[in-house]
Amino acid sequence: MTAEQHFQVALRLGDDAMILGQRLAEWCGHGPVLEEDIAMSNIALDLLGQARGYYSRAGALEGLGRDEDQLAFFRTDQEYRNHLLVERPNGHFGDTMVRQFLFDAFSLERTQFLANQTVDEDMAAVAAKAVKEVRYHFSHSSQWMLRLGDGTEESHRKVQQSLDDLWPYAGEFFVADDIDEAASLAGLLPDLSHVAHAWHARVSEVLIQATLQKPTTTWSQRGGKHGIHSEHLGFLLAEMQVLPRTYPDAAW
Amino acid sequence: MSTSAKEWPLWEIFVRSRQGLGHKHVGSLHAADAEMAITNARDVYTRRQEGVSIWVVPASAITASSPDDKEPLFDPANDKVYRHPTFYKLPDEVNHM
Repeated sequence: MTAEQHFQVALRLGDDAMILGQRLAEWCGHGPVLEEDIAMSNIALDLLGQARGYYSRAGALEGLGRDEDQLAFFRTDQEYRNHLLVERPNGHFGDTMVRQFLFDAFSLERTQFLANQTVDEDMAAVAAKAVKEVRYHFSHSSQWMLRLGDGTEESHRKVQQSLDDLWPYAGEFFVADDIDEAASLAGLLPDLSHVAHAWHARVSEVLIQATLQKPTTTWSQRGGKHGIHSEHLGFLLAEMQVLPRTYPDAAW
Repeated sequence: MSTSAKEWPLWEIFVRSRQGLGHKHVGSLHAADAEMAITNARDVYTRRQEGVSIWVVPASAITASSPDDKEPLFDPANDKVYRHPTFYKLPDEVNHM
């Protein structure tokens, strides 16, 4: 594995957390009930914290003096390396929870490996803290899958539609490229085929309980990990980056 | 407060803090059932490391004393200072009094 690939691994981890955190933060003040509003904001803040940890590591690996803020606020959409799923718009609450559920199940496998097995000690330290958070995120989004899937006729129909719509984006998690393969070989990241296996088992278990049909499509979206994004990411970044780009020296 | 079928029931939340010996009432929230009430309580009332344990109780299960009964319930204790253990000298080893 090259130093550049090592940097890319940290960057991808940070970008997934950063973009999903920003998306969830959009719910702040708009949640269906106050308690859920706070829950989503808490999860958004957890993800922001994880992004900071991975960005700090990425900046150190890159060695060009870029810190977490520069990585977050001064890169364009084409320089972002997150999976396409996390940049999907929030849609209705069911859409958001399905997106969260599919990601949490993946993130849990990946973060557990990072916390326990990775060869990068700095990333392991970030993941050791994150893994407890992600465990809670997964339990939270799983609860909602059960409630919505096994709820009313309307909630079942809506959340099944969300699942069908977002499923192809989850497929991108498991499309390994040369960076994933090198990182897995070096013991930095888990083997994606193992992650896929565990992910399917985890997701299926909840979907069965939730009386939801697991989509059968095997076709998947791809491109995010190489900077090829949907048009939605540009708008998200414009909102997220406007302040530091307008006032680059702004401080709290 | 309306109790339409569309609104989740109200729960009273009790949190035991790190130092505290008992669960203390911290507030209330809405949730569909006890499991969700615990989850919500975790997010609403323990964000700043306040707790190590949570109890949730349906607000409807609580019977409160009536404000009109304040005098007969509480005033008779006013002039019975001998009920306070202030006349004893406590050894230093005794904590939590």
